[in-house]
Amino acid sequence: MPLAFSPTTVPVVVDDAKCIAEKGCTVCVDVCPLDVLRISEETGKAYMKYDECWYCMPCEADCPTGAVTVNIPYLLR
Amino acid sequence: MDAIKDGLSQVDCDVLVIGGGTAGPMAALKVKQNNPKARVVLLEKANVKRSGAISMGMDGLNNAVVPGYATPEQYTKEITIANDGIVDQAPVLKYAERCFEIIQELDRFGIRFQKTGNGDYDVKKVHHLGTYVLPMPNGDTVKKALYRQLRREQVLISNRYMATRLLTAPDGRIAGAIAVNTRSAEFLVLRAKAVILCLGAAGRLGLPQSGYLWGTYENATNSGDGYAMAFHAGAALANLECYQINPLIKDYNGPACAYVAGPFGAYTANAEGNRFIESDYWSGQMMQEFYNELQSGKGPVFLKLNHLHPDTVGEIETILHKVERPSRGRFHATRGTDYREKMIEMHISEIGFCSGHSASGVFVDEFARTTVQGLYAAGDMANVPHNYMLGAFTNGAVAGEHAASYIGEVDLPEIDAEFIAKERARVLAPTKREDGIPPNQLEYKTRRFVNDYLQPPKVTARMKIGQQRFAEIREDLDTAMVARDSHELMRALEIASILDCADMAAHASLFRTESRWGLYHNRVEYPEKDDENWFCHTLLRKKDGRMVSEKQPIAPYSVPIEDEERGAYDQLRVRKQA
Ligand SMILES: Cc1cc2nc3c(=O)[nH]c(=O)nc-3n(C[C@H](O)[C@H](O)[C@H](O)COP(=O)(O)OP(=O)(O)OC[C@H]3O[C@@H](n4cnc5c(N)ncnc54)[C@H](O)[C@@H]3O)c2cc1C
Ligand code: SF4
Ligand code: SF4
Repeated sequence: MPLAFSPTTVPVVVDDAKCIAEKGCTVCVDVCPLDVLRISEETGKAYMKYDECWYCMPCEADCPTGAVTVNIPYLLR
Repeated sequence: MDAIKDGLSQVDCDVLVIGGGTAGPMAALKVKQNNPKARVVLLEKANVKRSGAISMGMDGLNNAVVPGYATPEQYTKEITIANDGIVDQAPVLKYAERCFEIIQELDRFGIRFQKTGNGDYDVKKVHHLGTYVLPMPNGDTVKKALYRQLRREQVLISNRYMATRLLTAPDGRIAGAIAVNTRSAEFLVLRAKAVILCLGAAGRLGLPQSGYLWGTYENATNSGDGYAMAFHAGAALANLECYQINPLIKDYNGPACAYVAGPFGAYTANAEGNRFIESDYWSGQMMQEFYNELQSGKGPVFLKLNHLHPDTVGEIETILHKVERPSRGRFHATRGTDYREKMIEMHISEIGFCSGHSASGVFVDEFARTTVQGLYAAGDMANVPHNYMLGAFTNGAVAGEHAASYIGEVDLPEIDAEFIAKERARVLAPTKREDGIPPNQLEYKTRRFVNDYLQPPKVTARMKIGQQRFAEIREDLDTAMVARDSHELMRALEIASILDCADMAAHASLFRTESRWGLYHNRVEYPEKDDENWFCHTLLRKKDGRMVSEKQPIAPYSVPIEDEERGAYDQLRVRKQA
């Protein structure tokens, strides 16, 4: 049985204007305990690839430019 | 990143520490401090910089035994009573004797603890009997401070490797572990003389009420892999029926932190705003009263601060919204909850295994040794009851010190190539399928059944149906699970652990035919505590490929408990409500 594409709204958002991933930064991707952030091949910026978040916040706390915002996952809000 | 690559490498070391959260870094440091030449590898599924329960830091030590406030004997007595007597006191007493020295060491690392004007540690009373809670005003620095020490001692850190199975030598002793890279699916075989398991709680067992798989109390990285690995290696696991269930902020599922707010005058209240429990310390008996209140016409249950002075509330807020679970303020903000006006709705958590909070863990002695030679366990997954963060640090240190000398007595063990090949085939199977059931659906279904069938109050017929459902899911997992990249493969492997833990929870709960530990093991058909038949540990292990449970006597107490003291935690309900 083939897999479907089911959308979810992700809790973590990155401000592309502030993200400096193109300069080689991968801090948020490195620190996330659940390993759910990636650098997009399309935009060259960090984004939440997997909706599997413990809303713990190292990504936001450690980002050098303040580009990351952690929201509470919708199901908990 | 995430593409599946074929790869297999091998590393030989003296001590392999698995899990770089809280206990693990301390264990690794202690091996190096005691044996600087030892080759120590610290293997971590996430990144040691920000992994584990203390990822963002901690608000305080829940169980500090500080001279002047408490003695090791008093602490041992309190934990024995809080745990309904099912305690080998030697490891508890060892912890209580050693933990003050660890506090001082952490202090030297730069993690500061609250002091009074005279420079004494400022310990608060939260437990029913003694005084053990020590605030950490700069608790957000814990992980950084540990990391600095690991670098200084030149511990080899391997991040983003998930351990999947332990290796044992032909003579039965430990020989190392197998791990898989979570971003490339490459294999790493680690051959070691000693292995220290510090993989944390089984925190993804029950499904949170929100239905969000990751909205757990525990750091959701902790999927019970340590419990599963210990089981498959033949180690004994103790008292798994003594589940972890915590009183939490509803939906947010983080601690309401009565420990922090309590000393300021906050308390747990019912819908009428009245106290109903004598002590906010988390015990099974407290959880039973909490559950009763939730079910009663006086529910739900709340954390009450709105009677306090607004400045006091402000002070509590800065602590609670900064360190341990800093997203808490955002949660309240989206719902418009101001502590000054409204009480905070609470609920009980999903079930899990965790000795840090209750008593379900791998059986260890006072040297953190498991029943398998050369295999140690520390922290939330080792059954030293009510161990918390300082227990993880202290018992991690105990394990590291013992391992540091043990490796001088043994050679590098042989490893079994055939076993490794088989494990590789098991791990990679979901990546070989084109089509099938994805990990998230298998996980959701397993954890929903954990709620439906295993959550207390426990009923025999229900738990047996649960076992059937788990067997059916296992069949799907073995024949139809599909993983499309290495990240999904990690999730797929985690479900195997979750399912093992679900089976262990059912098996252990069915074995003990009495009720004990309040809500944690409330068995409807056996409502009484039965000391005559069940004043013992239960040990669960894998024997000839099957899961078996047996009784194990409690080691004679070195700190005696008088008959009239035994029931202290049985009377937690406030007698007359004001
Ligand atoms: C929200 C919360 C609040 C708490 N508050 C307090 C408090 O205020 N005071 C207090 O004293 N205690 C508190 N505790 C308890 C305390 O934090 C824990 O008891 C302690 O940190 C556990 O340490 P550990 O090393 O056993 O587990 P962890 O620190 O969780 O470490 C486990 C590590 O193992 C890694 N791991 C898991 N699986 C694998 C695998 N397969 N391969 C490799 N690595 C793996 C994880 O990534 C993690 O880094 C709290 C716990 C939580 C969750
Ligand atoms: S840490 Fe910040 S700047 Fe760096 S990649 Fe992530 S979002 Fe971009
Ligand atoms: S909040 Fe935590 S789990 Fe979520 S993306 Fe950030 S670091 Fe990862």
